[in-house]
Amino acid sequence: MSLARPIGILFEKELRTEFRTRELLVSTFVFVLIVLVLFSFTFDPTTAESRRFGPGLLWLALLFAGSLMLHPSFTREQSNETLVALRMAPIEPVSIVAAKILANSCFLLVAELILLPVFAALYNLRILPVLGRLIAVMILGTLAISIVGTVFAAISSQARMRELLLPLLLLPLLTPALVASAEATAGLFEDQPALPVVWMAVLAAFDTIFLTVTWLFGEYLLEE
Amino acid sequence: MAFIDLSKRYGPRFALRGVSLSIAPGECVALVGPNGSGKTTLLKAAALLIRPSSGRVEFSAAGAQSGVTNGDSNSCAIKRSIGFVSHSILLYDDLTAEENLILFARLYALDSPEDRARGALGPAGLAARAGDLVRNFSRGMRQRLAIARALLASPRLLLFDEPSTGLDREGQQWLGATLTALVAGGCTVIMSTHGAGETAACVTRAIRMVSGVVAEDSAFSGGARAMLAAALAAHEEA
Repeated sequence: MSLARPIGILFEKELRTEFRTRELLVSTFVFVLIVLVLFSFTFDPTTAESRRFGPGLLWLALLFAGSLMLHPSFTREQSNETLVALRMAPIEPVSIVAAKILANSCFLLVAELILLPVFAALYNLRILPVLGRLIAVMILGTLAISIVGTVFAAISSQARMRELLLPLLLLPLLTPALVASAEATAGLFEDQPALPVVWMAVLAAFDTIFLTVTWLFGEYLLEE
Repeated sequence: MAFIDLSKRYGPRFALRGVSLSIAPGECVALVGPNGSGKTTLLKAAALLIRPSSGRVEFSAAGAQSGVTNGDSNSCAIKRSIGFVSHSILLYDDLTAEENLILFARLYALDSPEDRARGALGPAGLAARAGDLVRNFSRGMRQRLAIARALLASPRLLLFDEPSTGLDREGQQWLGATLTALVAGGCTVIMSTHGAGETAACVTRAIRMVSGVVAEDSAFSGGARAMLAAALAAHEEA
């Protein structure tokens, strides 16, 4: 079986279970919304202030939400040991991780797309003129959070202090992606909006490196 | 299949210690022994779910070993021929019975997954509940569905860890009849058991494990029935 087929089957399963429970999407949406609203009260959201702080706050909120959202993606496979059933299926083990990365990216992106107008309204920013480029940054930044987050969710799911372990592992490792995403987003809200190519390249390189490492060592992530 | 000098260690503790066994096609092997004797670990090693600390598991038909081939096409070919029923049901609570079976039928690349799923639900007595979420099933129904999932791809090797758990009398009769038919058809079965229930009827060989080693094997000492009866008596006493 090719790699694409099991990834597609498992991706569909992730969507179906999430559609039934709405655990990940709702918790992500609510968490980011609360953080954005609370931050908007801490300073006067004039255009100049928002340009300085808005992108950083947005990505920090998404990073924290990601660390919350990604945690259950493997722990909910533990209730009936369904991961054992997946590992026993005649498929490449990395396809299980890849399907989860894909699904987590989709859930985060959907939450971000819903929250973007709220972010723009609260922080007095005009996103429509730069929407296409902003979505490009969102996709690369979200992929970074999903790839690293899913991998470490798999690792930490078998640990005793897993709830604490995931953010502790995730936040330092995602710092380069966080900086690059915030800088790339900030460039879009300058007087002369421009997509910072260097930061986009950093994000693309980050995604490529971690995706390759996941590809190479994916099967070891799921072992007992 | 054969376990060759197989050991598995978790930290300082040995779950299996130098187990060597050869199991012929069509044998129905019962693993008996007290809790913590290594029965489940041996089944997991046979299912390619754990990497042995030393030794190996060989599958003569595919000429492959466990622990070194995980993920490659050879390993996939072996996995395709194995069915596993664990302590847990290995099914998704938030999917229906039919959706669960279709998911695994598709992962095993079976023809007409929907038909295979419906075909498996009937004999398990779950056809009427095909559209219900697994989370709403009783323990016995969940176990029936777990067994149906394990049989979905017509495996040549069945690994059962306490398969009668949660089954009522009728369910045990169904499982016993199913196992008898599978063994008659040449399927190899290895199951851990306390010696009770309908499943014991089809056992052709019993192996008693103690502290991760094979303490007694009816292939050499004879008396599989006597060993099962002794295991049942020890279990009831415990």
